[in-house]
Amino acid sequence: MNKKISDLLFKNKVVILFVFLGVGATIASKQPLTFVIPELFTRIARNSFIVLSLIIPVIAGMGLNFGIVIGAMAAQIAIFLTTYWGLTGIGGFLATAALATPFSVFFGFLVGKLFNHMKGNEMIGGLVLGYFAEGIYQLIFLFIFGGVIKLNNPTLMIPTGIGVKNTIDLKDTVKYALDTVPMLTIVEIGFYLVLLWLAGTAAFQLVKKQPVNWKATGIKAAAALVVYGLTFIGPVERFLAADRLLLLSSVELACLVTVLWQGFHFMIWKKKGSHPAVEGEPGGFIPQKAIAYVLLAGVVYGLTYVPALYKVLIAVKLPVMTYVCIGVLCAFNNILMRTRLGQNMRTVGQSRTVANAAGINVDKTRIIAMIFSTVLASWGQLIFLQNVGTLSTYGAHTQVGQFAIAALLVGGASVQKATNKQALLGVVLFHTLFIVSPLAGKELFGDPVIGEYFRVFVSYGVIAMALAMHAWKKVASPKVGSTGAAGAVASAGKAG
Amino acid sequence: MRNPLKPMVDKFGLPRVIIVSFFLLLVVAAGAFRMNLLQLLSDVIRRWGMFGILALAMVPAVQCGIGLNFGISMGIVGGLLGGLLAIQLRIAEMPSLVAVHPLFAMWVAILFAVAVGVVLAMGIGYLYGQLLNKVKGSEMTVTTYVGFSIIAFMNILWMLLPFDNGELIWPNAGKGLRNTISLATSFSGVMNKTLAFSMGDLTIPTGLLLFFFLMCLLVWLFMRSKTGIAMSAAGANPMFAKAAGIDVNRMRITGTVLSTVLAAVGILVYAQGFGFMQLYNGPMMMGFTSVAAVLIGGASPKRARITHVLVGTFMFQGILALGLPVANQFIPESNLSEVMRLIISNGIIIYALTQAKGGSGRE
Repeated sequence: MNKKISDLLFKNKVVILFVFLGVGATIASKQPLTFVIPELFTRIARNSFIVLSLIIPVIAGMGLNFGIVIGAMAAQIAIFLTTYWGLTGIGGFLATAALATPFSVFFGFLVGKLFNHMKGNEMIGGLVLGYFAEGIYQLIFLFIFGGVIKLNNPTLMIPTGIGVKNTIDLKDTVKYALDTVPMLTIVEIGFYLVLLWLAGTAAFQLVKKQPVNWKATGIKAAAALVVYGLTFIGPVERFLAADRLLLLSSVELACLVTVLWQGFHFMIWKKKGSHPAVEGEPGGFIPQKAIAYVLLAGVVYGLTYVPALYKVLIAVKLPVMTYVCIGVLCAFNNILMRTRLGQNMRTVGQSRTVANAAGINVDKTRIIAMIFSTVLASWGQLIFLQNVGTLSTYGAHTQVGQFAIAALLVGGASVQKATNKQALLGVVLFHTLFIVSPLAGKELFGDPVIGEYFRVFVSYGVIAMALAMHAWKKVASPKVGSTGAAGAVASAGKAG
Repeated sequence: MRNPLKPMVDKFGLPRVIIVSFFLLLVVAAGAFRMNLLQLLSDVIRRWGMFGILALAMVPAVQCGIGLNFGISMGIVGGLLGGLLAIQLRIAEMPSLVAVHPLFAMWVAILFAVAVGVVLAMGIGYLYGQLLNKVKGSEMTVTTYVGFSIIAFMNILWMLLPFDNGELIWPNAGKGLRNTISLATSFSGVMNKTLAFSMGDLTIPTGLLLFFFLMCLLVWLFMRSKTGIAMSAAGANPMFAKAAGIDVNRMRITGTVLSTVLAAVGILVYAQGFGFMQLYNGPMMMGFTSVAAVLIGGASPKRARITHVLVGTFMFQGILALGLPVANQFIPESNLSEVMRLIISNGIIIYALTQAKGGSGRE
């Protein structure tokens, strides 16, 4: 038992260290939680998406993708063009995303091609490639826009007409475009998507001459209709008409949903004849666990009545659509790993030799992983920019890779393993430190700049440490490779 | 008919051919714009001597097997500390030394700075070498980030170190050391001025070049020595070297220490030529510049020679020195040359990385 605990502590040493650092710095900064927590939730909304975009290349064995900077650049080219064309609002945002996608697919393809020529050196290669792309990017924004392609817009261009201004204000165009999508619209779109998906699956099964489970489809459609119908009830409609959700309401909703969900499963379990499920069986129902969940929900709900927490909870307003996007990306990362492509990526990540022997096109799989990552990174950068509201033309992308990677590592990820949970936890811990460290520096040393340097040092240091640990492990135990390969054979067999 | 240029392109690598052609194009353009070529040449020579030793630091690193040393910022930090100490102690202003000759006092100051820098760099380099022996095979990735981390860490230290010379700290109650420290009262241009002479518009900074060549000679002699040969063998083929009774790990540490020491000397030579010492994020990307210089000269992550340093630094600095005025002819007051520097230096590094393992498509 003791060994188990010490093992657990050792495995999570980075996370534990940063929990202590974050808590310590928050206390030292003498800032109230009503300042830190709302700020933190803003940053989670801004940064999570791009951090999550790092997961796929890690699984595909390409390490930490320093090349996401290039995705960010694609996003910025797109956002500049749509601003120039004068597109605004959520329509403008979607147009920007649509424009950024082909750019980043192309760039991701090139990056993937290049990485196939420097296997084993992807990380340093990606870093240098980021600087190289920076040169090309500056060439485009300083000389090609205005110099080669004539653009006539005095608010965007430098007075000489050649080159783009340092900062572009997005206030009247796409600022908060995604953040301010009302919940009502989200539910409505969700409803239509569910219907479309149900119809699509049914049609697919009919064409393939497979039996269609009409009863289940009908129940699902009816459930969706009920949920959609609920939005027409006065109070619910008024509640959903807002675009931001109070953290308090979201906690309450989460508690309610947990209780309802467990209750729903309890009913099904009753109907099926109350067999306690075998542990580990997916979808199994364990009464003790369910009771624990319900109790937990109750306790969390009770905690919202603690005055100190209540103050914090009503201070935070979540931009719903942005969080929905983050949730969808988490789900996408999980679903992808259940597909054949995802399994191929995992196999390639464990051993290229084995993957090749199993008939997987290694190079192609790696390129696809890079394309995914680059496209997601460009969308992530768009989410970041629409929330910040200004585009710093020559600076917005420079730190993207470093901070995103540092956040991922702080959450306990490594060069070879990264999960959604680690990414989200990392964002929380890293950005807590980011918010409070200048203030802590001011309180402790009388100068906020020290705190700023400290957080930069932390971000570099954590990356350096992760890279060194990874390299060290590789040297110390060459056996890891062979067991990994054996596992890869097994999973490749399953996938095939 | 076969293209007669193809074997040459294959041998030098396409990027190198492009860079050399670009350099020649710049020379032609500068001539066509009727610029003062001799003055530009003096500028190139001055930059050559200033940057040369930083690029030279790559030779022992590559030869001992740790690859391109992006982490020379470790040594740079040591050199900067030496320089700061020399200014703090006001060595160049000591009456007894100035009485001999002002230039002599400056030489004492810079040699003191170099000595301190070398001692610090030896210690840092030793620890750094220990680390690199633990991460064999991923040195370049690790060195880059360890280099960045040390710069970020020193940023904190520059704020906290107890220097109190007026030249070093902010004039009015600011905290920490200045961003850019003027060397006017210590050793600014000491090497450039020594024995310098002019022929018309061409100025030759003899002292600087002599010092640079002396360093090259020392490294060349070391490489020819028994230890140097053993070191190169350890880098080229560790298994074989081990079989021959060479302590590979020790040789790698020797190479790393030497590289770090050269970086410490190099930054001081650079600073005296520039007239300023840059702290904080100033030296962050210097590793990249030096790596790019030797690569342009023909080095690879496995092999670097002193001729690569000489040719590469001259070419790279030549492009930078010529690029600025030529670019200004096309687009005045632009930073096209900065863009060019980013593309060239990082482009050549990417090229070298793709060549590192022969660019094998499949394993």
